Amino acid sequence: MENYEIVVIGGGPAGLAAAIAAKQNGMEKVLILERDRELGGILNQCIHNGFGLHTFKEELTGPEYAERFIHLAQQAGVEYRLNTMVMDISPDKKITALNRAEGLLEIQAEAVILAMGCRERSRGALNIPGYRPAGIFSAGTAQRLVNMEGYLPGREVVILGSGDIGLIMARRMTLEGANVKVVAELMPYSGGLKRNIVQCLDDFDIPLKLSHTVIDIKGKERVEGVTLAQVDEKGRPVPGTEEEYSCDTLLLSVGLIPENELSREMGVELNPVTSGPQVNESLETSVDGVFACGNVLHVHDLVDFVSEEAEAAGRHAADYIRKKRKDQTEVKRTEALSEIEQVPLLTGAGVRYTVPSFIRPEQMEDSLKVRFRVGKVYRNCYVNVYFNEEQIIHKKRPYAAPGEMEELTLKKEQLTEFPGLKKITISMEEA
Amino acid sequence: MYDVVIIGAGVTGTACARELSRYQAKICVLEKEEDLCCGTSKANSAIVHAGYDAREGSLKAKLNVRGNEMMEQLAQELDFPFKRNGSLVICLHEEDFPRLKILYERGIKNGVKDLRILDREQVKEMEPNISDQAYAALYAPTAGIVCPFGMNIAFGENAAVNGVEFYFNTEVKGIRRREEGWELSTSRGSFRGKWIVNGAGVYADRFHNMVSREKIHITARRGEYCLLDHSAGKHVSHTIFALPGKYGKGILAAPTVHGNLLLGPTAIDTEDKEGTCTTREGLDQVLEKAGMNVKNLPMRQVITSFAGLRAHEDGDDFMIGEPEDAPGFLDCAGIESPGLTAAPAIGEMAAGILKEKMGLKEKTDFISTRKGILDPKTLEKEAYRKLIKEQPAYGNIICRCEKITEGEILDAIHRPLGARSLDGIKRRTRAGMGRCQSGFCAPRTMEILARGLKVDMSEITKSGGRSRIIEGINKDSL
Repeated sequence: MENYEIVVIGGGPAGLAAAIAAKQNGMEKVLILERDRELGGILNQCIHNGFGLHTFKEELTGPEYAERFIHLAQQAGVEYRLNTMVMDISPDKKITALNRAEGLLEIQAEAVILAMGCRERSRGALNIPGYRPAGIFSAGTAQRLVNMEGYLPGREVVILGSGDIGLIMARRMTLEGANVKVVAELMPYSGGLKRNIVQCLDDFDIPLKLSHTVIDIKGKERVEGVTLAQVDEKGRPVPGTEEEYSCDTLLLSVGLIPENELSREMGVELNPVTSGPQVNESLETSVDGVFACGNVLHVHDLVDFVSEEAEAAGRHAADYIRKKRKDQTEVKRTEALSEIEQVPLLTGAGVRYTVPSFIRPEQMEDSLKVRFRVGKVYRNCYVNVYFNEEQIIHKKRPYAAPGEMEELTLKKEQLTEFPGLKKITISMEEA
Repeated sequence: MYDVVIIGAGVTGTACARELSRYQAKICVLEKEEDLCCGTSKANSAIVHAGYDAREGSLKAKLNVRGNEMMEQLAQELDFPFKRNGSLVICLHEEDFPRLKILYERGIKNGVKDLRILDREQVKEMEPNISDQAYAALYAPTAGIVCPFGMNIAFGENAAVNGVEFYFNTEVKGIRRREEGWELSTSRGSFRGKWIVNGAGVYADRFHNMVSREKIHITARRGEYCLLDHSAGKHVSHTIFALPGKYGKGILAAPTVHGNLLLGPTAIDTEDKEGTCTTREGLDQVLEKAGMNVKNLPMRQVITSFAGLRAHEDGDDFMIGEPEDAPGFLDCAGIESPGLTAAPAIGEMAAGILKEKMGLKEKTDFISTRKGILDPKTLEKEAYRKLIKEQPAYGNIICRCEKITEGEILDAIHRPLGARSLDGIKRRTRAGMGRCQSGFCAPRTMEILARGLKVDMSEITKSGGRSRIIEGINKDSL
């Protein structure tokens, strides 16, 4: 059995930033377990630019952004194991992992940071009817084949879903010589960033069909074509709007799902909206000493925000260990979560979820960034924050959309000085 | 000249091949697809039926009960996953109760053991997620679930080890009687055989009708399914059937031997023997009707949907035997549900007929057992450690959803009748069958396949033929 202060599950952008922050906050032994061949996670296949504008104030590619963090991690003395799959984490933070060289590993951690990222929703999850030929790829799988291995998965391409990976892949496939015929989006708005629609579709004259979906896939061996149809407001295909597209490839960019199988198995409570853990202001899950950050917590649009959130998780995990040690030396045991007052953060009109879901005012740092997503597109709207029934924040926003994460800042003294604070609600209001 | 040529490497053909491989005979199997288990055998309910459905006295009834009895020992001998989880036929309305009684009585007549009728409370106690409307249920403790790929592949491998030759990508185009035996013309040359066993599934009528004036007609009856993730796998523990109607046994909800939850099938007749596409209406029907017997189904956990074709013969029974005007041609036709359950018994019966007619002698060196692909997760920690030390590939997880190692994938490639495609790997190891549906592991499995088969990545297919995954290299057209 090996012992570490903090074990970080996953060496993508979240895991790297969390591990670095843990080291910078005084931890000696921090270990990243990474299942892939290298650190950096999905950034390694994101060879386009646009990363790092917030973090480094310059435009980097995905691998460049990863490289900076890998370098920082190495400098900080973060340990890591590659090609290592975590098989199980027990609630008392004993980790069982597997790799070729060492076989089955058992590691005891004082705190665990979950940073496993997310996976792409598959065709099956959408229940798209038709045949099941070769040539149907999730956009990320195609991105890996093209960008990391140099293979072109298809020549005549239809893309379903206008999430960022789908948009990026529309451009990439075009640049590599494929003909991207159309991007169809079920919703009346795109789930991707505005800048990606402009730079990846408009600049290449690739049509984006909103409120459209794939209703049939043809071809028994390899995709031969798909049928698109317009959908009504409930997402049902409208008869008579069918259009046939001949193609050899269908790319799916239809949503990302946090990968929380390990979390669920260890008893971490999940939020049904995000599919990520329920966390408090310290990004700690319902299991004592287990923290979460990045796309395993909720799916982000920008890696810069992943890094920022993960840094907080690393800092909080280090604090947790320090406090626990102090409590032990003073021979008094705080009954951490159960006894400290928690204020729930609730979703009001137009808000789908918030991270965190609970705040312990006494445990807050001076300020706390709350991240949330809205349920539809708003133009000229207000973000409202209520403490109990009293409106505390009423802030104008020119634009808000489900594809772009929102954030607001709460100050510690606002909460601690509010008498009888029982709940905080965030809601949207049309102007 | 072969003694026996078997058409079809589905569960029927391979069950016959395995049983016949006990005897001194030169046998081959001709299969139009690239692998074992590519037709009806791969897309069905994966159920080992108890045997109360089929009309008493029918071959379906007899072989169902016999196949069910054989399953336990066979699963041990050939090392494929099988579990006797029991089944419940749910009767929702009091007025339908007489129909449940009929099933019960038929089961008794068919020789099904331990059948019981349960009232609502007993059902709810056994299965808390059964609809609150349930009035009663027929409980069959002998019903089970099986891995259909596992069984089919086990039969095939064991037959191959016992000397049966397999020819894949070999489609039979025509059959002509010769002075001695038959000549089969195929997409890969001609084959001669003294006997033919027709295990061609939905195509069995085509081959039968080539040799006999007594025409038969098989309808491909499409059944659509939804498969749910492991997280839904414990929603029910028994196989839950609706009361059967005219077109089969209705929509069932069943745990699978691998811990998923399976919902389906629909029943739509089609003349397209390759019509394995799913449809919007079909999938909607599966989700709607499965929800009638089982409540709170977690539909967000659907990870894939698929369709299979049942080989429904107009006479509504298995046809096993020689047509009067075609001696030397043994039909195993009309093998629809409970065909998977009955497969071992069909093999036994077909081999019995041929043994008698051909005067076959038993081999002395028949190998009756076969080891499946080792799942290292089943090992004790120390044994697992030792295995990885000896074969590090077992320490390398390729499919993260199902936790399948490189060692298992290599085994699947290199064993007898090994996998040659992504689907071949998937059916043997489950790599790619999990919640991400091969999104993460496909590129890595392709690499291992390319290495193992000593071919270029661009040659790797999903399921043989023209199902290549990669169309070229970047910028090759610019």
